[in-house]
Amino acid sequence: MKGWQKTPDSRNFSRLERCGLSRVSEFFLEEREDHSVLTVTGDWTVHTVGALDASLRKLKRSGLPVIVDVQQLQKLDTAGAYLIDRTVRESCEQGALDYRLQGQHPYAQDLLSLVTSQSAPCEDDEPHKVSAVDVLARIGHAAVDFWSESYETMSFMGQATYTTGKMLLQPHKIRWTSVVSVMEEAGLDALPIISFLSFFVGVVIAFIGATMLQQTLGSTVFTVELVGWAMMREFGVVLTGILLAGRTNSSFTAQIGSMKMRQEVDAMKTLGLDPIETLVVPRVIAMLIMTPFLAFGATMAGLFGGLIISWTMLDISPILFITRIQEIVVINNFWVGMAKTPVFGLIVALVACRQGLDVGGDVQSLGKATTASVVHAIFLIIVTDAIFAMIYMELDI
Amino acid sequence: MTETLIQVRGLRMQFGDHVVHDQLDLDVMRGETIGVIGPSGCGKSVLLSQIVGLLHPTKGEIRVFGEDLTKLSAEERRHFEQRWSVMFQDGALFSNLTVRENVMAPMREHTELSRHLCRELADLKIRLSGLSAEAANKRPSELSGGMRKRAALARALALDPELLFLDEPTAGLDPITAGRFDSLIRDLSSALGLTVFLVTHDLDTLKATCDRIAVLGDKRVKYIGPMAEVARIDDPWIEEYFGGPRGRSVVD
Repeated sequence: MKGWQKTPDSRNFSRLERCGLSRVSEFFLEEREDHSVLTVTGDWTVHTVGALDASLRKLKRSGLPVIVDVQQLQKLDTAGAYLIDRTVRESCEQGALDYRLQGQHPYAQDLLSLVTSQSAPCEDDEPHKVSAVDVLARIGHAAVDFWSESYETMSFMGQATYTTGKMLLQPHKIRWTSVVSVMEEAGLDALPIISFLSFFVGVVIAFIGATMLQQTLGSTVFTVELVGWAMMREFGVVLTGILLAGRTNSSFTAQIGSMKMRQEVDAMKTLGLDPIETLVVPRVIAMLIMTPFLAFGATMAGLFGGLIISWTMLDISPILFITRIQEIVVINNFWVGMAKTPVFGLIVALVACRQGLDVGGDVQSLGKATTASVVHAIFLIIVTDAIFAMIYMELDI
Repeated sequence: MTETLIQVRGLRMQFGDHVVHDQLDLDVMRGETIGVIGPSGCGKSVLLSQIVGLLHPTKGEIRVFGEDLTKLSAEERRHFEQRWSVMFQDGALFSNLTVRENVMAPMREHTELSRHLCRELADLKIRLSGLSAEAANKRPSELSGGMRKRAALARALALDPELLFLDEPTAGLDPITAGRFDSLIRDLSSALGLTVFLVTHDLDTLKATCDRIAVLGDKRVKYIGPMAEVARIDDPWIEEYFGGPRGRSVVD
């Protein structure tokens, strides 16, 4: 496939006459005295014109009226017609669009006039240049976004907490069916994975603790205390929080977000259903109920992991393990851990619902909101845990 | 030119116990525009999905361009798939791309056109489908429903298909836009020799664009023929369809 431009005196022009019905997609431009003839041959379709485009662009403007010879043209589609139209238009002087067809073709005339009728170019999207001002503007935007985001989150949390509190005073108004369904889906179904992971964390603590205690104190029996303290106060609870942030946050945000995308949330509003009452409150209540149970399961699984290691590796019998846990690791530690769980559950549910309701009309915002939901929840859980630790330290418990 | 482009024989489609199609036969000739109508839930869109290969029939044979597509290799299928395109009911535009990028997507995937030419061609298709120039740089979420439909048509036309499937192309459009859509489909099919498979409820579209109409019912194609003939058939559903106040004004 090629194209070239010939002046009338060219000897090579005889090639054109010899081509006959050419299957090759080519073009020839012949300049006569008062007009030029553009001969197109072969298929001019979206699959073949790519190779012709560059050489067509290079044709020089003659300013003469152009006659298009379509006698040897085979297939033509809008892409080919567009190229012919563009070439003719650029070759003519601006505004003076005047071209005729020469030769027989079943539909070239129709197609060319269809394309010509739509030849006004679309405006370009400006190529974006990044300057120092843009960088500063982005930093500024990010700062403002951060504040407005924090403000919105706080106001949403306030509203959701208020609505939840109000509805807890009128329990008959709570949608218990959806509460129970969320309890199952986000609570009960998460129990196996949370216990499983917690079990292994218990195993790891026992292993590392035993090695360290053996080296420093020469005794491994304190492993029991180590596992007990760590699992009850921190790991069982924080692990539950983080797993819920990964598992439940993403699912809540995606559920509510796609409802928002499909205008289901708008429909609720017009039907007089408050999205906070119908979507947020059941999730908050379900998480408030289920997180302590999940954390309890995680703690027990972690202790069990420690017990197994102590028993098999360190020769601490299960009886001894349980007795030491009961006598030395006081029950306070357990309650200290458990006290944090409703707060974590609240964080998970509120952050997830807030991000879900923030989804816009497009798929990208759903992805963004889901990511933000998980990241914010994990961040808040760890920060809250640190705050709890400081409070407990001040209180000496 | 009476080449059969789509040939459906003895088609059976079943979801669990629910039989949607049974012993369904249909022929679509090259160059014609065929409109598929039928009561809601009679499987019009399911039929379309089966022909384009999104659903697999339980039994029976579908030939498009003379080939049984289920028996082709993935590579051959891809080649065939470039010869047709589908415009889905709600557009199904890629929401993270602008309208222009949406139209360019199939071109960049299947042809060796330069980026510049792709852009120009995409702009042409956008204008052909009746969208204004500003719309090219917008994302689908910023467009109205009617504009999304036109953008979807522009994308369906990107590779100049021989066969165009349209699922409810004018549903939800205002009468003026719908009218333009009809004449656009007619112009394109006559200029490009396009074969159009149209699923619709819009009587005006049927009248303006279709050469033949296929009526689905009782799990098969009940009647097929030009609109004037089909409208005269003695069948309760057809009578209600064409005989209602909306239908009468179109048929008369």
